[in-house]
Amino acid sequence: MLSYALRRIVIVVITLLAASVVVFAVLEIVPGDPARLMLGINATDDAVAALRQQMGLDQPLVLRYFAWIGGMLSGDFGRSYTYSVPVIDLIRERLVVSLPLALMALALSTAIAIPVGVFSAARRGTAADTGVMAATQLGIAIPNFWFAILLVYVFAIALRLVPAGGFPGWEAGIGKALAALILPAIALALPQAAILARVTRSALLDVLGEDYIRTARAKGLPARLVLRRHALRNALIPVLTILGLQFAFLLAGTIIIENVFYLPGLGRLGFQAITQRDLIVVESVVVLLVATVVIVNFLVDLAYAWADPRLRRR
Amino acid sequence: MISKTSTFLAGAALALALTSSAFAARTDLTLAIQLEPPHLDPTAGAAGAIDDIVYQNIFQGLTRIGPDGAVLPSLAESWSVSDDGLTYTFKLHDGVTFHDGTSLDAGDVVFSLDRARADDSTNAQKALFSAIASAEAVDDLTVKVTLSRPQGSFLYNMGWGDAVIVAPESADTNKEKPVGTGPFKFVDWAQGSSATLEKNADYWGEPVALDKVTYRFISDPAAATAALLAGDIQAFPSFPAPEAVAQFEGDPRFSVVIGSTEGETILSTNNGKEPFSDLKVRQAIAHALDRQAIIDGAMFGFGTPIGTHFAPHNPAYVELVETYPYDPEKSKALLAEAGYPDGFKATLKLPPPAYARRGGEIVAAQLREVGIDLEIIPVEWAQWLDQVFKQKDYDLTIISHTEPNDIGIYARDDYYFDYHSDAFKQVMAELDATADEDKRYELLRQAQEIIAKDAVNGYLFELPKLGIWDAKLEGLWHNLPVQSNDLSKVHWTD
Amino acid sequence: MAGELIATEHEDWRHFVGKALRNRSFMAGALITVLVVAVALVSFVWTPYDVTKLIIADRLQAPSGAHWFGTDHFGRDILSMIMVGSRNSIAVALIAVGIGIAIGVPLGTLAAAKRGALDEILMRASDIVFAFPALLSAVMITAIFGPGAVNAVIAIGIFNIPVFARVARGGALALWPREFVLAARASGKRAGLITVQHILPNIANLLVVQGTIQFSLGILAEAGLSYVGLGTQPPAPSWGRMLFEAQTMMAIAPHMAIVPGVAIIVTVLGLNLLGDGLRDVLDPRLRRQR
Repeated sequence: MLSYALRRIVIVVITLLAASVVVFAVLEIVPGDPARLMLGINATDDAVAALRQQMGLDQPLVLRYFAWIGGMLSGDFGRSYTYSVPVIDLIRERLVVSLPLALMALALSTAIAIPVGVFSAARRGTAADTGVMAATQLGIAIPNFWFAILLVYVFAIALRLVPAGGFPGWEAGIGKALAALILPAIALALPQAAILARVTRSALLDVLGEDYIRTARAKGLPARLVLRRHALRNALIPVLTILGLQFAFLLAGTIIIENVFYLPGLGRLGFQAITQRDLIVVESVVVLLVATVVIVNFLVDLAYAWADPRLRRR
Repeated sequence: MISKTSTFLAGAALALALTSSAFAARTDLTLAIQLEPPHLDPTAGAAGAIDDIVYQNIFQGLTRIGPDGAVLPSLAESWSVSDDGLTYTFKLHDGVTFHDGTSLDAGDVVFSLDRARADDSTNAQKALFSAIASAEAVDDLTVKVTLSRPQGSFLYNMGWGDAVIVAPESADTNKEKPVGTGPFKFVDWAQGSSATLEKNADYWGEPVALDKVTYRFISDPAAATAALLAGDIQAFPSFPAPEAVAQFEGDPRFSVVIGSTEGETILSTNNGKEPFSDLKVRQAIAHALDRQAIIDGAMFGFGTPIGTHFAPHNPAYVELVETYPYDPEKSKALLAEAGYPDGFKATLKLPPPAYARRGGEIVAAQLREVGIDLEIIPVEWAQWLDQVFKQKDYDLTIISHTEPNDIGIYARDDYYFDYHSDAFKQVMAELDATADEDKRYELLRQAQEIIAKDAVNGYLFELPKLGIWDAKLEGLWHNLPVQSNDLSKVHWTD
Repeated sequence: MAGELIATEHEDWRHFVGKALRNRSFMAGALITVLVVAVALVSFVWTPYDVTKLIIADRLQAPSGAHWFGTDHFGRDILSMIMVGSRNSIAVALIAVGIGIAIGVPLGTLAAAKRGALDEILMRASDIVFAFPALLSAVMITAIFGPGAVNAVIAIGIFNIPVFARVARGGALALWPREFVLAARASGKRAGLITVQHILPNIANLLVVQGTIQFSLGILAEAGLSYVGLGTQPPAPSWGRMLFEAQTMMAIAPHMAIVPGVAIIVTVLGLNLLGDGLRDVLDPRLRRQR
C-alpha cells in the first residue's frame, strides 16, 4: 500500500510540473504587453519601459519560470500585475466564494440526485422510472447559464426574493452571503444532479444484479430493505467517483455562472486576468485548479486501492 | 408620580428618536461602475475606472473640472497668471490635510508635479505636464509654476485626474491604499467585487451628505440590468446597456438621465495603408455609413451623430455631418473611380465594448452593400492596444476617443491613424500658442473641417452617458466632461 | 473478462434494425437528430429571410405570422438565425469530435498494441490534459489565441483527444488477448495491420457511442464559449451568441433568449437519447460498464 501511494505521489508531482510548464509556456507567448495595457493609449514608450522594469518583465523567460515555481513552493505566488497585491491574497479572497459555492452545489446535487436515483432504481421499468429518466435527460441538456438567466429573472427580478448577483462578503452575515449564492448553486446543481441521479440508478441496478443481492432476496428479505441495506452501500463507489470529479469541475467550471451572477470567484479571476494580461494570476489560478483535480483524483485512487487491494498492482 | 413622569419622558424620547431616524435621509450609497480599476493611483495609470472612483472623491488637484466642463478652483483657492502666460502662481487653501493626518503644503504640490514629469514617471498623461519648466514653493501655501511656452489649456490640464496632488509619504502606496485630500477616505477594496469609501470627517471643504459609499464592479450589461432592477445597487452613472434603458424609463423607481460624454465614436481608418490611403476610398466609406441606423441598432437610439472629431456640446463645434451624406450609389461610384469597381476585402478589428461590437456588425453590413467585404475580428483591449494602437496592424476599427478636447491627436505623426496633414499641423501649432478665446474657436473650427473633408476616419456618433439611478437620489453628474463620479453633492431626498 | 463486453462478430443487420426500431430512446433521438441536421441542410438553400441583411427598423418584434420566432435587435428573423446557427453548432461539435477521433484513436490503439513505456507516457499525458479544467482552459485558449469558431473547435477538440484515446485503448486492450487476434498474430501479421483489420472494426461501436456523447458535449461547449463571446463571431449566427445578445433584452424581448435556449436543449437532448439508444442497440452488455 505504501509503495503504491509513493508511486502515485511521484506521478502527481510529475503531472503538476508538466502542467506548470505547459501553462507558463502557453501564456508567455500570448500577444499583448501588460505594461502597455496598464498605462493606456496615451502613455509614452519610456513610461511603459519603466513599468516593465518595475514589474520584472525584462527578465529572461527561464529565470521567470523558476522564480515563479520556486515562489509557489514556498507559498509566495508573486504579485498581481494589475492589482499589485500578492496573488495568494487574491486567490484566498476568491476561494471563500468559489469553495462554498462548489460545496453548496455539490450538496444540493447530492440531496436531489441520490433519492431520485434510488427511487428510480426501485421502480425500474415503471412509468415513474421512465418519467424520472426523461427528466434527467432534460436536465443534462439544459445549458446551465441559460437556466441561470431564467432563475435571475424569476427569483431576483420578478419576485425579488434574492439578489440578482454579486457577493456581499461573509462579513455581511451568513444569511446574506448564502442568499447571494443560492441561485448560482441551483443553476450549477441541476445538470450535475441529473448526471448523478443516472449514475446512482445504474450503479444500483448493477449491484442489484450481483449474486449476493440475489442471495439476500432469496433469503426473503424485503426488496426495499435489500436496496437500502446492501445495494446502496455498494453502489456508493461509482457515485463517489462522480462526486469527486464533479467537485473539481464545480470549482473551476463555474466561470460562466460566475459571469452571469458577477460573483467574485476563482473562475472569473482567471477570466479577467487573462483579458488584462495579468499572466502571473492566470498561471497561478490554472496551476492551482490543476493541482486540485490531480489531488482529488489521487485521493479517490487511494481510497479505491485501500478498498480493493487488486488495484494496487496497476 | 415621579416614575410615571420619567417613564413618559423616556417614552417621548424614544418616540422622538424613532421619528427622527425615520425621517433622516439615507447616508449610504452603492453604485456601480463597469470596469474594475487595476489599482487606485490616478497618477500612474490610464484606466478611466481609477478616476471613476478616486477623482474628486479621494484625490484632488490644484484645479478641478466642474459638471459643465468649466475649470474651477480646488486645492488652489486662487491663482494669477503673468502677462506673458509663462508664470502661474497658485495660492493653496489653508488647513487642508491628507487622510493620514499630514497637512498639505506647497512642497507636496511641487513634489507631485515633479514626480509626474520625471523621466521614470509612469504617469499615463505625461503630455499634460510637458509645458512645465519648473515648479517651486514660494512659501508654505504658494506655488509658482513656470512654463517653457505659453499653454492655453494649462489650468484645464491641472484639473485632470492624472494631475492630482499626492503626499510624498504615501505616493508609493497609493495604488493599494490611496491617501488624498478629498471628502471621502478609502476603506477597503475587495478585488473583483467592490471598493468602499467613507466620509472624511476632517474634510477641509463643504461637508458631504454620504457616510459610506460602495462601488461595485459590474461589466456585464445583463448583470448590470439585473442588479439595478433587484435594488442591489442604487445608481449606475454610466450604464452599459442602452437596450435596457427603455425598461427603466417606464419605471417610477428610477431616474434615467441621458447626458453627454467626451467620447467621439469613430470608425478609425489606417490612412497609411492601401486602399485607405486613397481619399476617394475614405470618402466612399463615409458615404456608405448610415449613422442613424448605427445609432439605432448599436445604441438603441441614444447618441448624437457627428461629422468630425469634436463633441457636439462644445461651443466650438461645427456641424459637419452632411459633409459626406449617406449615399450608397455615390459610394459605389467613388470606389469605381478609385479603381475598385467590385469593392475590396478588409478587416474590422473590434474592441470589447458593446458600441464597438454591435456598431461593427452594422458597419460591416452597410459597407457590404457597396461592395466592401469586412472580416470582423473581435479583440481584447490588450490586443487592441498592441496590434491596432501600437503596431498600426489594422485596416478599420471602432473606438470611442473619450479624452476631452483631443482633436490634437490628428497632428501626431506616429499616431495609429497614420494621418499626415501639414495644413492641420499648422492650425494646431497656432492653436497651442493662442490664448484668445475667439481666435481659438476659429482655429478649432478650421481643424474640424480639415479632418472632416479628408474623411480621415468614419465619424459615427458622440457616445451618450446613460445615467440610471434611484429616483430619490440627487446630485450625480448628468454629463461627463471628465472621467469622474464626483459624489460631493450626492444626497438622498428622503 | 472484460473482453466479453465487446461484440466480436459483426452484428446481423436485420437483427440490429429490429432492435433499433423497438428502442424508444434510439428512435426519439434519431428523429430529433435527423430533424436538426435536416434544418441545417435546408438552411444552405433556403431560409425565410436573409440573415446577412440588417433591417434596424424591424427590430425586437415579437413572434408573429411574418416572423414565427420574432426578430432580434438588428431586425433579423430569429427562425432564420436558428436555422443558419444550427450549421455552426453542428460543424464545431462535429469537427471537434473528428479531431478527437483522428488523433485520439491512433494514439489509443497504438498504446494498446505496444504497451510498455509508450503506453505509460501516453496515458500520463492524457492524465495531464484531463487535469486541466476543460471549460476554463477552453476559455483561456480562445481568449489568448483570439475568439472565433476555428479556435473554439481546437479548444474543444483538444479535450476530446484523451477521451477517445482512452476509449480506444480500453477497447483494444480487451481485444488483444482474444483468439481471433491471437490467430492473426500467429499468422505473422504486424500489429498495425491487426489494429486496422481486427481491432478497429470491433471498437467502432464504442467509438460511435462515445462520439455521440462528445458531440452533444461539444454543442454545449460551443454554446458556452459563444455565450461568453469567445466562440463563433458575427456576422455568422450562433445559438450561444444569440443567448448572449438576448440576455440584456430579457424584459423587452424574452423570445430572443427562449428560442435559442430551446434549440440547444432539443439538439443536445436528441443526441443524448440517440447515444443511449445506440449503446443499447449496438451492444446491450455495454450497459454494464456504466
